[in-house]
Amino acid sequence: MTWNNNVEITDALVREHGLSADEYALCLKILGRTPTLTELGIFSVMWSEHCSYKSSKKHLKTLPTKAPWVIHGPGENAGVIDIGDNQAIIFKMESHNHPSYIEPYQGAATGVGGILRDVFTMGARPIANMNALRFGSPDHPKTRHLLSGVVEGIGGYGNCVGVPTVGGETNFHASYDGNILVNAMNVGLADQDKIFLSAAAGIGNPVVYVGSKTGRDGIHGATMASAEFTEDTEEKRPTVQVGDPFTEKLLIEACLELMSTDMVVAIQDMGAAGLTSSSVEMASGGGVGFDFNLDMVPQREEGMTPYEMMLSESQERMLIVLKPGREGEAKAIFDKWDLDFAVIGKITDTGNLTLTFKGEVVADIPTQPLADNSPEYDRPWVRTEPKAPLGEVAAPADMKQALLDMIGSPHLCSRHWIWQQYDTQVMADTIQKPGGDAAVVRVHGTDKAIAITTDCTPRYCYADPVEGGKQAVAETWRNLTAVGALPLAITDCLNFGNPERPEIMGQFVGCIEGMREACEVLDYPVVSGNVSLYNETNGTGIHPTPAIGGVGLLQDSSIMVTIAPQAEGEILILIGETKGHLGASLYLEVMEGREEGTPPPVDLALEKKNGDFVRAQIEAGNIAACHDISDGGLYVALAEMAMASNMGMTVAIDGGNIPPHALAFGEDQARYILSVPKNGADTVLEMAQKAGVMAQTVGNTGGDALTLTGTAPISVAELLDVHRGWMPDYMSID
Amino acid sequence: MKARIHVTLKNGVLDPQGKAIQHALSALGFGGVEDVRQGKYIELDLAETDPGKAQAAVEDMCKKLLSNTVIENYTIEIE
Amino acid sequence: MTPMKTAVVVFPASNCDRDMITALEKITGQKPHIIWHQDDDIPDVDMIALPGGFSFGDYLRCGAMAARSPVVRKVIEHADRGGHVIGVCNGFQVLTETGLLPGALMRNESLKFVCRDVHLKVENNDTPFTNAYEQGEVITIPVAHHDGNYFADPDTLTELEDEGRVVFRYVDKRGQAGANPNGSRNNIAGIINRRKNILGMMPHPERLIEDAQGGTDGLGFFKSMINALN
Repeated sequence: MTWNNNVEITDALVREHGLSADEYALCLKILGRTPTLTELGIFSVMWSEHCSYKSSKKHLKTLPTKAPWVIHGPGENAGVIDIGDNQAIIFKMESHNHPSYIEPYQGAATGVGGILRDVFTMGARPIANMNALRFGSPDHPKTRHLLSGVVEGIGGYGNCVGVPTVGGETNFHASYDGNILVNAMNVGLADQDKIFLSAAAGIGNPVVYVGSKTGRDGIHGATMASAEFTEDTEEKRPTVQVGDPFTEKLLIEACLELMSTDMVVAIQDMGAAGLTSSSVEMASGGGVGFDFNLDMVPQREEGMTPYEMMLSESQERMLIVLKPGREGEAKAIFDKWDLDFAVIGKITDTGNLTLTFKGEVVADIPTQPLADNSPEYDRPWVRTEPKAPLGEVAAPADMKQALLDMIGSPHLCSRHWIWQQYDTQVMADTIQKPGGDAAVVRVHGTDKAIAITTDCTPRYCYADPVEGGKQAVAETWRNLTAVGALPLAITDCLNFGNPERPEIMGQFVGCIEGMREACEVLDYPVVSGNVSLYNETNGTGIHPTPAIGGVGLLQDSSIMVTIAPQAEGEILILIGETKGHLGASLYLEVMEGREEGTPPPVDLALEKKNGDFVRAQIEAGNIAACHDISDGGLYVALAEMAMASNMGMTVAIDGGNIPPHALAFGEDQARYILSVPKNGADTVLEMAQKAGVMAQTVGNTGGDALTLTGTAPISVAELLDVHRGWMPDYMSID
Repeated sequence: MKARIHVTLKNGVLDPQGKAIQHALSALGFGGVEDVRQGKYIELDLAETDPGKAQAAVEDMCKKLLSNTVIENYTIEIE
Repeated sequence: MTPMKTAVVVFPASNCDRDMITALEKITGQKPHIIWHQDDDIPDVDMIALPGGFSFGDYLRCGAMAARSPVVRKVIEHADRGGHVIGVCNGFQVLTETGLLPGALMRNESLKFVCRDVHLKVENNDTPFTNAYEQGEVITIPVAHHDGNYFADPDTLTELEDEGRVVFRYVDKRGQAGANPNGSRNNIAGIINRRKNILGMMPHPERLIEDAQGGTDGLGFFKSMINALN
């Protein structure tokens, strides 16, 4: 074997590892000597943007992360919140953007696998998958292939492991042409006294490797996720790792079985930067050292070097610290599930990660400074210039056609082509499937249920990052509220362009500012998240996309409502104020091909007041159906309700001096449509008045057509036809 | 010795994957592909050194596991 | 009334096992036995269920490895004694791979996984699994599979049809043909063996037994077995 751990560390080699001169100087200072090749690789991945958050952490620290119901906030594998009865919900969303662009099926599949591991590592049984997907323009030649592969990959993995994929969002925009976004979220359920953390403890305790064998997969994947794409990036294909959902399923069952005993001291999945980041996080988190014999690492390929073993991103692997003397019992569990189990080392008091290979020490790094003194940048940023307010927008030639164009557009059309490829019902606790405001899954064997949603409106964030950041958080809060849930906390997946450009950094800072404000006012902290930067190709960045995953609780799942009115003759009540805001709206994009103006301002106090009122009405059983008003505005929301119930409605609304198309398609925030049984409408209106919430009766359900002010009647059948048509048609073209 | 096994769908059994490949080929401008059948290729490393015995053993494996004779045919090469 | 004793076989990557266990417990009032695929003994029960999932990863063919596992030989012995066996989804694939039921389940015609509610026509209610339904009744049950495209040669299909062994067929909500989610021959969704004690079906009745799940059309399937026992 010609491998040489002690090669000369040249400037070129350092640069190839993505370390700047300053970073390398810091590395020399920490080690007090020149690194070996293995050590250089370890520093390189640990200090990549993906693992170190070096450009973002200064700002992330400003987000609210605490509430009485938060058990563990950011810093662990996933966030943990209290849902009562000694139960906890554990959740996180994470990006797998770059790998999914290069190989959509495997990239998306391993994204799902990775986020599942983040959740079950902490002792939770995964109970729901969600996702937030962004593709380029439908006209872009790669979009079909990418959409098809990503959806199949998400389904292929989630369906096999037996965790329902209950929803998500899919957007198209040309800014994602060269950088799609695949953000996968998982939600798990655990007992509060069975939550496992990663901090290692107990000098001499065995460190165990379990799961799949290590191959040369994805070496430098974490570094790839931190570099801008260029034309030749597609040559990087071999670094994409391949997922094996069957092994993941076994790993879930084996780990949960192990965790039901008292053998586990600490546990951590091997995600990005594999064995390196898992061991460094566990050791530094516990203030201890790890001594590994790399010859013991289960290997899939011959002749693997320490460098390769430490940087491999082979999937479906975990690192576990066991109590002493329990190796045999633990191994029996992994044998039962036919998974590799190897004691690869032990905990030491040195604080160092010491790696031995064929009798030679190949790396010896103090973990605390490696993890904690990682570079942190205060990158220069400039505030995004405010957009000029939108002038007058011409009325459409025909309002009926405008509504059909909207609901049949790629942005608003039915996503059933996607959802049908996901097993949405396995575990038999899904009580609200994709297509509503939020997905709802029951907490197995209880009356409780968890509502989950993912949201972000990147065109708002692009036009005004602060308002966009606020809106993304507020919309998830509204979506959870609209099914009757109390919103508890969020996970965020912050996708941006190159942070070394001040205008991109300005977008990031602005979005964080807006998110912070929303989280504070709505009492809705961030408990986990992930940052994906450098989503940029040849200098063109994506729209800023802080995808938010929100989780809420229904104490009594039977009060849940959907967007579908239940009967003819129900009264439709509009909550909130309609001003007809068309700036940065979908109407402008779909009907006029323009992206201009300022996004609708978000009044967080009003959001809270209106939302709390709506939730109280749902909890009181006064509401038959509820839908929040977002993309596409009021008429789109009404059309969606009609389609969900397969029942018509008649709406007469006086917009005063608001032009009819602005009334119909304006995207003013903090609004909901309630469908209320006829004899309950007065009560709801009265209560609204008492609460100081703007509420007005706008119509009633019934018939088989949607009849809206200023619009010729449209049969629900025609709506459905148009709404369900676009995506299957689009995807059927080769 | 090595056994190379090809498992293919029987004639008359619809092969949706094959159809999809044929369609894609024609969309890419490869005309004249009249039919596509997709199958599996399985390679075994055998301890057996007698070709006859190897053939018989692999036949048995094909019948019992490697193919589903309701819908699939198999061919075996021993070398 | 004799309570129905049931068991659910669990393969490493079964994933609808919990759903089946939950449904059986709810309907029969007692917990089913859980049979791990490596178990040698199987308890004396009235009905054994092979649940949905991916058994051994299904990398070769769906259900192929599971069909050759030792526990399935025990299931065959149970069936030979006249015991009831149901195979749902992956369980149906296992039953065809063992030869307990004829035919094979191939990749969906669309080549895509399909999860949605489908309408089924009860083509034969004179079986231990369907007697609680009306003959010709149209019920709604979800499917969730990648390989549910039922195939059998023409002679076998004729035989199945002539002997009334096509138990469930995919139809539209009016009970008419033309709503087949996977391309199966003769719109077949579920079949039974000649002795009428082994049934395989792609749709998941265990997922639709409570209003909260969107309906209760799956209940009749389990109630039928309880009826048959008494």
